[in-house]
Amino acid sequence: MSPNDLTMDDFLKGLWDENPVFVHLLGMCPVLAVSNTVINALSMGLATLFVLILSSALISMLRRIIPKQVRIAAFILIIATFVTVAEYVIQAISLEIHRGLGAFISLIVVNCMILGQAESFASKNNVVTSVLAATGAGVGFIFAIFCMGAVREVLGSGTFAGIDLFGPHYQPWVIMILPGGGFFVLGALLLVTNRINGWLVARKEVLEQEVAGSSATPGR
Amino acid sequence: MTEKDPNLLLQHAPLLQQGMTTPQAMRDVLYALLPVTLAAVWFFGLGAILVLLASIAGAALTEWTFASQEKGGESLLDGTALLTGLLLGLTLPPGLPLWMAFLGGAVSIGLGKVIWGGLGHNLFNPALVGRAFLLATFPIAMTTWAPLTGADGFFTVQPSNLALPFMQSGTDAVTSATPLGLMKFEQQSTPLVNLIIGNTAGSLGETSGLLLIAGGIYLWMRRDLDWRIPVSILITVMIFSAILDMVDSTRFPDPLFSVFSGGMLLGSIYMATDPVTSPITPKGAWIFGVGVGLLVVLIRAFGGLPEGMMYSILLMNAATPLIDRYTQPRVFGRGKALT
Repeated sequence: MSPNDLTMDDFLKGLWDENPVFVHLLGMCPVLAVSNTVINALSMGLATLFVLILSSALISMLRRIIPKQVRIAAFILIIATFVTVAEYVIQAISLEIHRGLGAFISLIVVNCMILGQAESFASKNNVVTSVLAATGAGVGFIFAIFCMGAVREVLGSGTFAGIDLFGPHYQPWVIMILPGGGFFVLGALLLVTNRINGWLVARKEVLEQEVAGSSATPGR
Repeated sequence: MTEKDPNLLLQHAPLLQQGMTTPQAMRDVLYALLPVTLAAVWFFGLGAILVLLASIAGAALTEWTFASQEKGGESLLDGTALLTGLLLGLTLPPGLPLWMAFLGGAVSIGLGKVIWGGLGHNLFNPALVGRAFLLATFPIAMTTWAPLTGADGFFTVQPSNLALPFMQSGTDAVTSATPLGLMKFEQQSTPLVNLIIGNTAGSLGETSGLLLIAGGIYLWMRRDLDWRIPVSILITVMIFSAILDMVDSTRFPDPLFSVFSGGMLLGSIYMATDPVTSPITPKGAWIFGVGVGLLVVLIRAFGGLPEGMMYSILLMNAATPLIDRYTQPRVFGRGKALT
């Protein structure tokens, strides 16, 4: 396997195979708390992606300098730096989004997905690989939180990113904007992704058997 | 061979066959609920049948969808899904849009039963899970009580019943307040006679106290029901609300009103006694009933909602495994109960 394949693989696995939300169940706090509208979900996803990429890059650069004993504290410090940057940037772009996300921007610091990426990947790999993997995980996170936001906003308010879909007589499902709805939608999405993964695994096994069968056939 | 020959029983306990099966018990409960259902149709018109049918259809369809993948759909035939749908329908307000009733039935079975592993594995009463979901999802529609139609308006269907799926009803419905709502928000009591006969506003199946008790007695005679649970709930409610009534009789209703109003009888006789979600030991049944009774009066007297039967049963359902664990009877020959 060439090094080139390896890096692309690190990027791609974050999107589906090791999706931080649907497979690793990391970063549940923002996924449940601020996925009540599409706009909130996307801005939270982008902020998390920003922090994830930059903190992974810096941690990967400093991985030989940081002593093992205090690495978690050092990681948190680095992550917190970028979270502060992200918070000010969001505040400068739109005060409305800043209010909508509330304390959850600061709470990106303790998003276990970012710390997990730092601890398990960035502190052990070179900068390019770390950034690629962080981008993959971040895009996977955006995908997951966007799915949550889309389902919850369409059912809960009858709108998509603020655009009215069904006219004035639509009956909103109030629970979908409440915290309880977050758990329902997350559970339903986990069900769907697990089902799809089950099918994929089954198909892969069938393919492998066919390959094994055909290669064992004499005369080929 | 072994099953026919009484001298050679090679199976392990229980050796005494009771002859009671799940479909039979479900059929008994359906019979017991028949008068209540008819009363609902009498008081609220044809719309009541539609709401009940929509809720039953939602429950049965969900059960069939999931169960048919596992065991050839046989779990639909034991009648538990039909009963869940009927019980859910009886707790719904008469003017509820039919699609909401259907959704409630689907949620009852889907989130209340199938997701836990099917019949006998669920922690919470499925019908009440469906109702709690509907109340949290459509709070306004679930607390809009259509008035009685009476005998002359038998073919009345509330316009809000026929709202299109995912839509609200266009017109403003005529509403009236339930006895509990009147008591809580206007300190106005309803005559006890009306509560016993059932010509008051309220959920479809909760109004007629007399028929609910009659069905309960039938179930008790058929031994489908642990009498300790409803009796302990009702006694607790009476004692606790009598104390509150003595403290401030304008704010808190008298004990008999508390027992006959709202979902008290429907909940304590038909839902709290669900064999899957209530304790199996006699001592546990008493603890369960006292807990439900205390919670109901607390929620009714000091909570934000006029009615608290659903939440108190669901809360005590959650405590049921714990109650069962600590009330295990002493094993013969041992010093202490296994805990």
